[in-house]
Amino acid sequence: MLAKRIIPCLDIDKGRVVKGIKFESLIDAGDPVAQGKRYDAEGADELTFLDITASSDKRAIVADLVRRVADEVFIPLTVGGGINSVEDVRALLRAGCDKTSINTNAIKRPELVTEAAEIFGSQCVVVAIDARRDMNDKDGLRWNVFTHGGRNKTELDAVEWAERVVELGAGEVLLTSMDRDGTRDGYDIELLKAVTSRVNVPVIASGGAGKLEHFFDAFVAGGASAVLAASLFHFGEYKIADVKNYLRGRGVMVR
Amino acid sequence: MIQVAIIDYGVGNLRSVEKAFAASGVDAIVTSDEAVLRAAERLVLPGVGAFAACMNALKEHNLEDLVRERVADGVPLLGVCVGMQMLFDESDEFGGAQGLGLIAGKVKRFDDRLHVPQIGWNQIHLRGEHALLKDTPDDSFFYFVHSYFCAPEHQEDALAVTEYGENYASIVARENVCGVQFHPEKSQAAGLKILKNFAEMDVHRTDVL
Repeated sequence: MLAKRIIPCLDIDKGRVVKGIKFESLIDAGDPVAQGKRYDAEGADELTFLDITASSDKRAIVADLVRRVADEVFIPLTVGGGINSVEDVRALLRAGCDKTSINTNAIKRPELVTEAAEIFGSQCVVVAIDARRDMNDKDGLRWNVFTHGGRNKTELDAVEWAERVVELGAGEVLLTSMDRDGTRDGYDIELLKAVTSRVNVPVIASGGAGKLEHFFDAFVAGGASAVLAASLFHFGEYKIADVKNYLRGRGVMVR
Repeated sequence: MIQVAIIDYGVGNLRSVEKAFAASGVDAIVTSDEAVLRAAERLVLPGVGAFAACMNALKEHNLEDLVRERVADGVPLLGVCVGMQMLFDESDEFGGAQGLGLIAGKVKRFDDRLHVPQIGWNQIHLRGEHALLKDTPDDSFFYFVHSYFCAPEHQEDALAVTEYGENYASIVARENVCGVQFHPEKSQAAGLKILKNFAEMDVHRTDVL
């Protein structure tokens, strides 16, 4: 039976893992190869790297990082952050990455999703959607899509955008609730349900994990195929094995 | 002599396959050099993305006949993911495309009521004995990413099946030709073991576990 996936996410700046403290300062949190190996040994089902490097040689740095991790860690790797051409996707795949996550650039140029899917296959094109609940909506069941790491609001409806990117060729949707991100109040189950009930590709839930039952809710109530978590694992509150043991105990199929 | 040559015809993440063999202690290289491919002890046929695009790329690199000839000479061949699908007669993908026809059967799309592609770790359920499966426990997890699956004409060609909507063939073998639908290079220790088994198996005695 297909297992539900637990995916740790690592923020990367200039080839190093960084951790944000209170959304301001970034602290160096180590070597991505060492961190990747640790998560691999702990039972992570995949690894996701979010590259926040702002320098002009960003592409070469991240490709080198992927190469070093992929040489030693034999689980799937996803890279997101600033990917804006088929050539970017190709370079990452050649370096040993399995999936690329496209966010802002999918909105700027939706053809990029189709071009990448046609050349490399839908399975390596993840579209990341950052969504925030629209407080003006009378039912409170509409979410706006934001770009540029959550800074810029668009008029796109998150559920409609998810359906659209699947039509364009995305093989997976990484859905982040900006309302819940960093709060540890749990994943936004209404948002998840709204999207998973409308698309037939796997959806990865992101934003809000704080307790073990939040993972259960994302899978069982939200219909997620995978969950992404960053700070919960980095700061050591829970090990991946704790999450899996808990889920197994409640009848969720995990590896 | 090169133990394993991974056929480079311009598609896929071949570096990971090469490194996974290396981590299993196997001397493997990625190459499109015909002389090297003709001299290698064993061949790996990778493949990702669209079936027809992979078949076309193999033809454009003038490697289709080479694969057939080496298989006819008894050289072990391992197809991985779409590389496994290419071993079959034909695929339904985008209205139909011809495969290598080394194993009888078709490649079909998953039911659209399922999440397609299937992405993630799923289990194999053993249906046969083969040296490729040495020290691989029943129900082991491997990493799968695919929208189409292989339906062998002869049941005995399926060494293992995996459940996704229905049971489908996730490991196949017929004489010196083998295929795995999952990515062994992305399946941790269980995947590395399969690669090592492939590199070490005695093709004339595949019954030896």
